[in-house]
Amino acid sequence: MSAPIPVEFRDVAKRFGDGPPVLQGINLAARAGDLIALIGPSGCGKSTLLRLVAGLSPVTEGQVTVDGRSPGEAAGELAFVFQEATLLPWLTVAGNVEVPLRLRGVPAAQRAEARRRVLELVRLGDRADAYPRQLSGGQKMRVSLARALVVSPRILLLDEPFGALDEMTREHLNEELLGIREATGWTAFFVTHSVAEAVFLANRVVVMAATPGRIHAEIAIPLPYPRTPDTRLSREYLELVAQVSRVLRSVEATAGTTPP
Amino acid sequence: MRKPLLSLLLPAAAGIAFLALWQAAHVALGEDLRFLLPAPGAVWQAALDHRATLLRAALNTAEGALLGFGLAVLVSVAVSVLLSLSPWVRRALYPYLMAVQMTPLPVLAPICVIWVGAGLKSVALLTFVIAFFPLVVNTTQGLISTDRHLVELFELCGARPWQKLLLLRGPAALPYFFTGLRIAATIAPIGAVVADMNAGTSAGDGGGLGFQAVIFASQAKYAALFATAAATCVLGFALNAVVLLVAWLSLHHWHDSYERTDR
Repeated sequence: MSAPIPVEFRDVAKRFGDGPPVLQGINLAARAGDLIALIGPSGCGKSTLLRLVAGLSPVTEGQVTVDGRSPGEAAGELAFVFQEATLLPWLTVAGNVEVPLRLRGVPAAQRAEARRRVLELVRLGDRADAYPRQLSGGQKMRVSLARALVVSPRILLLDEPFGALDEMTREHLNEELLGIREATGWTAFFVTHSVAEAVFLANRVVVMAATPGRIHAEIAIPLPYPRTPDTRLSREYLELVAQVSRVLRSVEATAGTTPP
Repeated sequence: MRKPLLSLLLPAAAGIAFLALWQAAHVALGEDLRFLLPAPGAVWQAALDHRATLLRAALNTAEGALLGFGLAVLVSVAVSVLLSLSPWVRRALYPYLMAVQMTPLPVLAPICVIWVGAGLKSVALLTFVIAFFPLVVNTTQGLISTDRHLVELFELCGARPWQKLLLLRGPAALPYFFTGLRIAATIAPIGAVVADMNAGTSAGDGGGLGFQAVIFASQAKYAALFATAAATCVLGFALNAVVLLVAWLSLHHWHDSYERTDR
């Protein structure tokens, strides 16, 4: 038997209470090692989609499986990176990164070792004793990323993690994220509003439409890894950015109209 | 260097100006009415004359205030955790917590005397009642105001309820708790003095500053009465100073309400 599919949506619909569907007819399967970018107009349910995978919110219809199991059962396999860094302000960088391990009862020596490893990965090895308020926005986000990586997740869910950062910092972190991926290897969903970011990071870009949230198109990004700052200057990259932008615009033009 | 010096000089200068105004008012009142406002020097003299009495009374009041304050801290934390469990618990219990706060001390005092007798126990119990409310309201608010994403992070990590309370909700509620604690530390000594006036006793040297104030007033020792008022102030300042120090120790390295020193 082949390895289970890391994440699979089968005919998934989601409603909050008696409200209209937020997501409808979602069918999507991530292969091991996929980095899938989710992009679409606001209100298309891309963040909700991540929350379904994380088990933070139950599906209304259909099925989401993580490694062939329900999201709740597979919680140990995945890590979530929120839009804001959401650090505990009273803990140092080291303390924050160790939180997921502490909650799982990992002994202190092992915690410290894992923490040192991931802080090196995000290049914050020298800031372990700093408090969050002493860090820049980009550094806080790196800590948040380290905290997700510390449990060695097989599935990483990133909900617009670099959205609040300036362009330069965001590009640096994009490159670092891909570097970390080379070193650690996980399957990821990445929600973003930036076409450039989606194309640079992902091997698959899923464009979503709103009201109700649904998958409009999927565009494969065949650019080879490792991707570098030079990738952003290549013709293939720029063409793909243009292509995704066109699809996204066509979706946004129809936003608000009722679906057939 | 200039700032700390100025922050000492300014209140000192204001204090001297205040004493000068006080002295001037005392003189301006004329012979017949001067008893209404004893001169600062006379108050100081009265404080020295009655120092043994005042010190004993202050210690008695401090004992009652600290017992009631400490009890209020312990009970309010426990009750806040209970209240933070669900909005239904809060809805059910809040009216009764407020009812306790709405009843004035002089009304509660005789009830306390019936239950536990006049003196220290009554003073501590009444101080507890008055200090409890700001503590429980603030701490509960803190416990239910945790960042939603942090709660979700803990749930994703499979946190147990006690882990959420000890590692997340508790620390996040600390700034709120200290706000309540500062209010409680201000009103606890006042509560203890008022309680002492209404439920105190002089039996076995047990009288506090409230009791002493009643005695001085009845003896028309107005300068001594002013000295008693000053003693209650000192008591309040002392308790506040301790609370501010503990708050600083707990919060200064991470909370935004404290200035950063690493800029």
